[in-house]
Amino acid sequence: MVLVLALGDLHVPHRAADLPPKFKSMLVPGKIQHIICTGNLCIKEIHDYLKTICPDLHIVRGEFDEDARYPDTKTLTIGQFKLGLCHGHQVIPWGDLDSLAMLQRQLDVDILVTGHTHQFTAYKHEGGVVINPGSATGACSSINQDVNPSFVLMDIDGLRVVVYVYELIDGEVKVDKIDFKKASTSTSAP
Amino acid sequence: MRRLAGVEDEEKWLAEGIAGIQHTAFFMHRALDANNLREVLKYSALMLSELRTSKLSPQKYYDLYMRAFDELRQLEVFFKDESRHGLPVVDLYELVQHAGNILPRMYLLCTVGSVYIKSKQAPSKDVLKDLVEMCRGVQHPIRGLFLRSYLAQVSRDKLPEIGSEYEGDANTVMDAVEFVLQNFTEMNKLWVRIQHQGPGTVREKQEKERNELRDLVGKNLHVLGQIEGVDLEMYKETVLPRVLEQVVNCKDELAQYYLMECIIQVFPDEYHLQTLETLLAACTQLMVGGLSDLSVLPLTILPTVDTKIVLTQLMDRLSNYAASSPDVLHEFLQVEAFAKLSNAIGKVIDTQIEMPIVGAMTLFVSLLTFTLRVHPDRLDYVDQILGACVVKLSSVPKLEDARAMKQVVALLSAPLEKYNDIVTALTLSNYPRVMDHLDDGTNKVMAMLIIQSIMKNNSCISTADKVEVLFELIKGLIKDLDGTDTEELDEEDFQEEQNSVARLIHMLDNEEPEEMLKIICVVRKHLMTGGTRRLPFTVPPLVFSALRLVRQLDSQGGDITGEEVSATPRKIFQILNQTIEVLSSVPCPELALRLYLQCAEAASDCDLEPAAYEFFTQAFILYEEEIADSKAQVTAIHLIIGTLQRINVFGVENRDTLTHKATGYSARLLKKPDQCRAVYACSHLFWVDDIDGIKDGERALLCLRRALRIANAAQQMSNATRGSSGPVTLFVEILNKYIYFYEKGNPHITPSDIQSLIELINTEMQSDDNGNRRTHSDPFFTSTLRYIRFQKQKGGLIGDKYDLIKL
Repeated sequence: MVLVLALGDLHVPHRAADLPPKFKSMLVPGKIQHIICTGNLCIKEIHDYLKTICPDLHIVRGEFDEDARYPDTKTLTIGQFKLGLCHGHQVIPWGDLDSLAMLQRQLDVDILVTGHTHQFTAYKHEGGVVINPGSATGACSSINQDVNPSFVLMDIDGLRVVVYVYELIDGEVKVDKIDFKKASTSTSAP
Repeated sequence: MRRLAGVEDEEKWLAEGIAGIQHTAFFMHRALDANNLREVLKYSALMLSELRTSKLSPQKYYDLYMRAFDELRQLEVFFKDESRHGLPVVDLYELVQHAGNILPRMYLLCTVGSVYIKSKQAPSKDVLKDLVEMCRGVQHPIRGLFLRSYLAQVSRDKLPEIGSEYEGDANTVMDAVEFVLQNFTEMNKLWVRIQHQGPGTVREKQEKERNELRDLVGKNLHVLGQIEGVDLEMYKETVLPRVLEQVVNCKDELAQYYLMECIIQVFPDEYHLQTLETLLAACTQLMVGGLSDLSVLPLTILPTVDTKIVLTQLMDRLSNYAASSPDVLHEFLQVEAFAKLSNAIGKVIDTQIEMPIVGAMTLFVSLLTFTLRVHPDRLDYVDQILGACVVKLSSVPKLEDARAMKQVVALLSAPLEKYNDIVTALTLSNYPRVMDHLDDGTNKVMAMLIIQSIMKNNSCISTADKVEVLFELIKGLIKDLDGTDTEELDEEDFQEEQNSVARLIHMLDNEEPEEMLKIICVVRKHLMTGGTRRLPFTVPPLVFSALRLVRQLDSQGGDITGEEVSATPRKIFQILNQTIEVLSSVPCPELALRLYLQCAEAASDCDLEPAAYEFFTQAFILYEEEIADSKAQVTAIHLIIGTLQRINVFGVENRDTLTHKATGYSARLLKKPDQCRAVYACSHLFWVDDIDGIKDGERALLCLRRALRIANAAQQMSNATRGSSGPVTLFVEILNKYIYFYEKGNPHITPSDIQSLIELINTEMQSDDNGNRRTHSDPFFTSTLRYIRFQKQKGGLIGDKYDLIKL
C-alpha cells in the first residue's frame, strides 16, 4: 500500500492566503510516501511546506510558478503504475479530455495527473486514467467559477489504485472514492 | 589592619561556641535532674552567654542559636512544673531578671514569660508588652534579631487572637496586633542597622548577610496575616499604616523592596484592592536612586528600589484575583483601581527622572497586562496607556535602546493577542502613534506580527476605513520609509515580507460590492507607493481580488441600482488596466501578460467586448515588444491561444484579427518543433465544441496542414544537420489532432487523410538517411493506433466513422 498525495493550483499568495486549516491538519508528515504536484504553488514557502509533509516531492511548472526550473512534464513509476504529471496549460483546449488523452498516450503512462482547471475530475478512458486534483486552496479560476478546495490521495496497491478525493464544501471535508484496476503489468491500457 | 574573618576562622568559632553550649548544657541537665533551681539558672545563663558572640555571620549564628533553642525547650518544661523547683511562676519571672548579662537574662525571661502566660496568672498582653519592651536592651543587630525572633516563636501560640484561650476582656486582638507590630518595627530597625556598620568595601558581604536575615523580619508580617480577628477594617486603620510607616521611614532599599513584596504576598488581594491608594502612595515614596552626596561617601550610584517589580507583582496578583470570580470585578470599578494604578505609575515615572526609558516601558507593559486581564472591554483604558507611552517616548529624541524597543513591541503585541479580532486593535487611536516611535527595523517586525495575527485568527477586515488604518500601520512593509535602503535587505527576508503582504490582501473582504471596491482602491493607492521591487509581489493578489469582485457583480446580474453606482465591471476593468500597466515600470512583462489574459477572459464573461479586446491588445504588445526569451515566448503564445480559444465575446472582425496574429506568431517561433505545436494548437481556435461555438473545419484543417509542413521541414533539417531524421513524435501528435477533429465531425478531414498520415509515419519510422532499418517501435504511435482500433469496435456512429479508416 503506497499513499500518493496529488494536489496543485494553490496560487499562494496570488489568489489565496493559504491552504484551508482543515486540510493542513489532515496533511500530517510521515503518512504519505510521495507527493505529485500539478504546479502553480506559486512560492518557495509552499514548496518547503510540501517537502515537510513528504520529502519525495514531484512537481511540474504552472504558468504562475515563481521557480522557472520545474519541468513541463514528468513521469515516474510507483509500484505497478506509471504516472505522468503536467500542469495542463500546455494542452489546448484547456480541460479537454480528448486532448489530455493524447498527452497521456504521448507520455505512455497509466495515470495522468494534470491541473489548471481547478476542477476535480477522475476519468477513465481508453488509454488510462486522467486525474485532476482541483485546487487545494479553492483558488478562483477563469475556467471554473465555483471552486471548492480539493486534493486527491491515491492508494496504490498492486494492480489496483483507489482514488480518494477530499473536498471542502461549506466548511466540511467530504470524501469520495473511485476504484481503478489495470489488467496487467504491461503498459497497455485495460 | 586586621584581616577580614575567613571561613576557617568562623568554623572554628562556631565549633567553639557549640562546644561551650554542650559543656554547660551537660551541667545544666545534671542540675535539672536534681531539680536544683539555683544550679539550673547558673548553668543556663552560662550556656546562653555563648550567644553573646559577635564573631559569627548570620548563618553560623543561626546554628548556634538552634542549639541553645533546643536546650531552652527542656528548660521550659522544667519551669512549667512548679513541683520540681518549688517557685510560683510569678516569682520565677522576678528571679531570672537577676541574671548578670542582658542577653541571657532576656532569653530566660522570655522562656519564663511563656510559662507565665500559659498559667493565665497574668493577662497575655501585659506579659508580652513587658517582654517586647525589655528586648530593647539588646541593640546588637544580629543578637537582637535572634532574640526577638525567639520571642516571636514562643509567643506565637499565646497571642490573644479571636477564639484563642488567651482572649478575654483584658486581652483583645488589638493587643496581639500591637505586640507583633512593635516586635516587627524593632526588628526592622535592627536589620537596617547592619548596612550602616563598617566601611563601604564590606558592603557586599553585608548585603549577603542581610538577605540571610530577612525572613526573620518578614515572619512578623506572616503572623499579622494569620491572626484571627484582623479584618479589613483593622488592616486598613492600623496594620497597614504602621507597617508602611516603618517601610518608608527606614529609608533602606533592601528592606523596602523585601517588605513591600511580603506585604503583597501575605495579605489577601481583597485587602490590597481596598487599600490600593495607600499602598501606591507608599510605592511612590520608596527610595529613589541617584548619585550620592560626594562629600560624604565616595562616588557611588545609590541603588533604587525596583519599584517596577513591586508594582508588577501587585498588578499580577490583582489580575489573578479578578480572574478568580466574575463578582469581584465590580470591586475593581468601585475602588477605581485602574485610575489609581495609572496615576501611581505616572508619578513613579515622572519623579524617577533617572529611570531609563526601558523601565518606563516595562511599567506600561505591566499596566497593560493588568488592564487586558481585568478590564478587557475598556478599550479607552488601553488607549490611555498607549497615549501615556507616546508622551514618554516623545520625550526622548530617538529610541535606541534595544531592550526598550523589545518592551514597546511587547506593549503593541499584547492587544493583538488579547483581541483576536485585529479590528479591535485598529480602533486604538494611539496605536499607530506608538508604532511611529519604533525604528524602521522594529517597525517592520511589528508590522509582520500584525499580519501574522490576522492570518492566525483568520480575521477579515471589511471596511475601507479599517483597511486604511491597517495599511498605515504596516507602511514599513508597503514602502520605503525615510532612511531605509531596500538594497540592504536580505533577499529572502524581503520576499517573505512581501509575500505576507500579498497574503494579507486576501483577508480584506466585504460582500457589499461598493464597499469592496472602496477597499480595493485603498489597497491600490498604498501598493502603488511600493516601488518597482515590491510591485511584482503585491499587484497579482490585488488583480485577482478585483477579478473576484467582477465575477461576483456579473453573477449578481448587471449593475446595481443605487444613487452612486460606481461598482461596475467596466469601472473595475479600467482600474485593472491602469494597475497592470504599472508593472511595465518594473519591468515584468511575462507576469503582466498573464494578468492581461486573465482580465480578458473575465471581460469576455461579462460581455464587455471592447475591454476584452483591449486586454488582448496589451498582451500582444507585450509579446511583441518585451518577451524575447524563446522559451518564454512558447509559454506565452500557448497562453494566448488557450485564452483566445475560450473567448466567445468577439465579433467576427475582432476575432479574425486576433486569431490571425496568434497563428502568425506561432509560425514564427524560433524552433521548428515549437512552431509546429503552436500552429496545430491554433487549429482549436477555429473549432469550439460548444453548442454555438465556431466550427470552421476548413481553417482548422489548414492549421493542421501547416503544422505538417513544418514537421516535414523539421525532419529534413534534422537529416541535413545531424545525418539522421528526428523522432516521429511531431507527426504522431498531428495525427492525433487529425483524429480529434475527424471524430468531432470536421467534414474536411477524410479517412484517407488519416490513412496517408499513418503511412507517412510508418515510412519515417522504418528508415533513416542511410537506409538502415530501424526496428524499434514508437509507443506513442502504437497507442494511437490502438485507440483507433478501440474506437472501431465501439459500434454505433463512432464505430462506423472509425471503420472507414483502413489500417
